Amino acid sequence: MTAAVGTLPVAQAPARRDIGLKRRYAAETRFRWYGRVAISIGVIFLAVMLISIVSKGYTSFMQTSVLLPITFDAKVIDPQDKRATDPSVLIKANYPNLARDALAARLGISPDDKPQMAALKGFISDGVRTQLRDMVVADPSIIGTTRDVWVLASANIDSAYKGQIDLGVAETNRKVSDKQVGFMNKLRDEGVMAGKFNTGLFVNGASSRPETSGMGVAIIGSFYMMLIVLLLALPIGVAASIYLEEFAKKTRLTDIIEVNINNLAAVPSIVFGLLGLAVFINFLGLPRSAALVGGLVLTLMTLPTIIIATRAALAAVPPSIRSAALGLGASKTQAVFQHVLPLATPGILTGTIIGLARALGETAPLLLIGMVAFVADYPTTPLDPATALPVQIYMWANEAERAFVERMSGAIIILLVFLMVMNITAIVLRRRFERRW
Amino acid sequence: MNIMTEQKLEQAVGASMTAKTNEVIKMQGRKVGVFYGEKQALFDVELDIRQNQVTALIGPSGCGKSTFLRCLNRMNDTIDSARVTGKITLDGEDVYDPKIDVVELRARVGMVFQKPNPFPKSIYENVAYGPKIHGLARTKADLDAIVQSSLQKAALWNEVKDRVHEPGTGLSGGQQQRLCIARAIAVAPEVILMDEPCSALDPIATAKVEELIDELKQNYTIVIVTHSMQQAARVSQRTAMFHLGYLVEEGATDKMFTNPDDKRTQDYITGRFG
Repeated sequence: MTAAVGTLPVAQAPARRDIGLKRRYAAETRFRWYGRVAISIGVIFLAVMLISIVSKGYTSFMQTSVLLPITFDAKVIDPQDKRATDPSVLIKANYPNLARDALAARLGISPDDKPQMAALKGFISDGVRTQLRDMVVADPSIIGTTRDVWVLASANIDSAYKGQIDLGVAETNRKVSDKQVGFMNKLRDEGVMAGKFNTGLFVNGASSRPETSGMGVAIIGSFYMMLIVLLLALPIGVAASIYLEEFAKKTRLTDIIEVNINNLAAVPSIVFGLLGLAVFINFLGLPRSAALVGGLVLTLMTLPTIIIATRAALAAVPPSIRSAALGLGASKTQAVFQHVLPLATPGILTGTIIGLARALGETAPLLLIGMVAFVADYPTTPLDPATALPVQIYMWANEAERAFVERMSGAIIILLVFLMVMNITAIVLRRRFERRW
Repeated sequence: MNIMTEQKLEQAVGASMTAKTNEVIKMQGRKVGVFYGEKQALFDVELDIRQNQVTALIGPSGCGKSTFLRCLNRMNDTIDSARVTGKITLDGEDVYDPKIDVVELRARVGMVFQKPNPFPKSIYENVAYGPKIHGLARTKADLDAIVQSSLQKAALWNEVKDRVHEPGTGLSGGQQQRLCIARAIAVAPEVILMDEPCSALDPIATAKVEELIDELKQNYTIVIVTHSMQQAARVSQRTAMFHLGYLVEEGATDKMFTNPDDKRTQDYITGRFG
């Protein structure tokens, strides 16, 4: 209560000092621009990669098919009428001829017109052999009847239909003749030739014909391997981490183990492949190309990732939680399993899923244990020969035909979708279980 | 042999004193030393903790008072490099005796920490955890009763009775600390150790916790580490002053704050150092 408000003189501002503000702000601005440029470069590369893959691969999800009224002619299937006594007749019959005749009828070509009939060769996929055979074997009573069946066009017609073959090139230098293009346009205009959703890409096994090859075996093989990795790497990795992080005394030995686990995470995957070849196949005598061996190799590869993630998650649990539990008289084990582990779970799950995603995309070690193989039949157990998604991509990339390139890009899209789903799952799990304390 | 007879003598003396002054020695430290690796943090501490009294441990930072506190329920065991020498007894039994189980010891000597550290679970589960692991409740009703009485003793029941199944981490700092006290009480310990329980709390929450400590001494023996002279003066009956790892002086709180024997105590409580 000495002076009323505003009666005292205002302090004088001292002379301004140069504290390098301009320089500091310039540095900050520059750094922001470095950051923006770095991010832009990353985004551009990602965009280029995704656009190139998607633009090449999206067509593989459609496969060109032709609707044909197939007459299951007994004279073609079983000319000597022996099928009652010899069931193998139905297996060996010349089914592609049925499709060829149906196509000729559809196009109004006389069977005697030799040049036109020759042009029909290679129009329909040879996959009709198994498609029609399966129909007949499943139900022999259809012999003698006529059914409308969607059959696959051959890979070259499929490519031409999708506009992937340059029709401006001289006829002799391209894989589809002018006659075939004419047939194609006629069928399309009649509405009996169309792109159908390509379920074969997901369910078929390996095939030398692009139009009937698919990733079914690879998906099953990858699924088996992920299952094996999850069942082995998760419990072993989590147990090892809990012991190292919570129970083991910090000694020189644990230091050495820790350094080695970190080193193991950085070992090139192909080395794990060689290890798997030497130990699991040559020494233990497990079968080649088997998902079991692949799973074991990927388990070895994923273990360090899971151990490192789990240890980080355990170390991130505040020590006060451990003290609280121990202070109440919980035993060490109770404190770890009832308090620390539940809090570390989101981190462990995230690490595990990221480890699994890495294992899913791994190719090199699988090449060494023989999982790069032509496998047409589904593996019924993990001991049967199988391939894996990335290996399937690798094998298709080695094929010369245009249609295989398309399928390879489609397979990459599918693999990327799997990986994306796994990573999103990891993020969702982390968000959902995240706790603050 | 010598120690044993001495101890029996002291117990006998303690028992004879009970009749007159109602004072019994609950815990006892004899020549207690603590090493963290090569470094010695505590030297030859001799201190008696009296039953149903509040003993305050004061002293500047790093003086060893928390270290001593953590010896009383062997929380130092959790630090790999820590080593304890000398002898600490609870009701005359050496707590570092290999025959004593550390889990049982901590059920008898509970602890409340500096920062409130409720489990990230419901209030109910926080309090029920101790009784559950020690098998103190046979039925759900028993457990409910323990939880309720513990929260009541910790003066928290009225504030949380409608939301015991909500997370304990959602409470205010002062409430969280009282929850931690309730959690410690639920195990029915004999001794409660408090390591600066109010340092993270505001004055109003502190006052509540102090009031609580005063009530709790009816049933429990309390050892509290504090940086606040006023708190030590308000809540404790006995005060022990630590400095640089040594016990400087121990005595009745009234005397310690009015007429200490040691100049360092005098200087510390008057704010000349520390």
